Amino acid sequence: MIWNSPAEFFAMGGYALYVWGSFGVCAIALAMEPILVRKRQNQILQSLRRERIADELENEVSEKAHARESGR
Amino acid sequence: MNNKLIHWFKYASPQSFYPLAGKMIPWFWGLAAAFGVVGLWLSFFVAPTDAQQGEGYRIIFVHVPASWMSMFIYLVLAAWAGLGLALNTRLSGMMASALAPTGALMAFLALWTGAFWGKPMWGTWWVWDARITSELILFFLYLGFIALQAAIDDPRRADKAGAILALVGVVNVPIIYFSVKWWNTLHQGSSVSVGKSSMAVTMLWGMLFMALCFWMYSIAVALMRVRAIILEREAHTEWVKELNEVKS
Repeated sequence: MIWNSPAEFFAMGGYALYVWGSFGVCAIALAMEPILVRKRQNQILQSLRRERIADELENEVSEKAHARESGR
Repeated sequence: MNNKLIHWFKYASPQSFYPLAGKMIPWFWGLAAAFGVVGLWLSFFVAPTDAQQGEGYRIIFVHVPASWMSMFIYLVLAAWAGLGLALNTRLSGMMASALAPTGALMAFLALWTGAFWGKPMWGTWWVWDARITSELILFFLYLGFIALQAAIDDPRRADKAGAILALVGVVNVPIIYFSVKWWNTLHQGSSVSVGKSSMAVTMLWGMLFMALCFWMYSIAVALMRVRAIILEREAHTEWVKELNEVKS
């Protein structure tokens, strides 16, 4: 084992700022990117669902109108 | 032979690639996590302290994978873009667009971790060294590709314009790679080369596992993004309207 204590591990032999500054930013970036992509996917899915509901309502209305007309 | 060819083209259509990508994504996340755990363990608990750079050298375990991926993703992006230009397949342009933001992120991380390495070792965050400057150009190529595609409304035309930019920019990748050999630079030479390596074996293993982690991550996140792009571009097709996730 290289490290004798957790404090020694976090101190990184005096390079703490540089080592953790590198690994930290990488960790944040690699965590954020999939979250943003997931958000983009949810946004497009939501607008597709809305469009579908709008289409269904439109069909219903036109069917009713059609039925009324043919019933007359 | 004939069968294989048909199979290949089948998955080249967005309609059949969309569910396939969805099935592959969890596997690549799993692999990324597994390689990441082993890679980080090797990086921090197995690889010995460096004789010259102390613990500061451990930045290598993210710096090198990010730099490799930034170059490799660019080559893959350019290959998809070129394929799209040559064969006019719909999926190729979507793949290129899906890779660009991840590539840009990798280039940014390579520069960022490089700066955090340069400061303690060279005494400066930044120098206009051949390798660092050409990596910065790579970062700008990614941003230029994304901006150019965003500026053109018709996605098919955006693909074509982006593809030309991507293919012209390919010349930069060998410049980055060989810059430490061609010019006398501040950036150290490559630590890994075929046949011989200047590093301790455990350091090398740590770097390779971290590189595999970054690789699997890039595939997973690019597949996630390509699925979103497919839905955006194919929003008005019947198959998208019939998807279960749209119906529910």
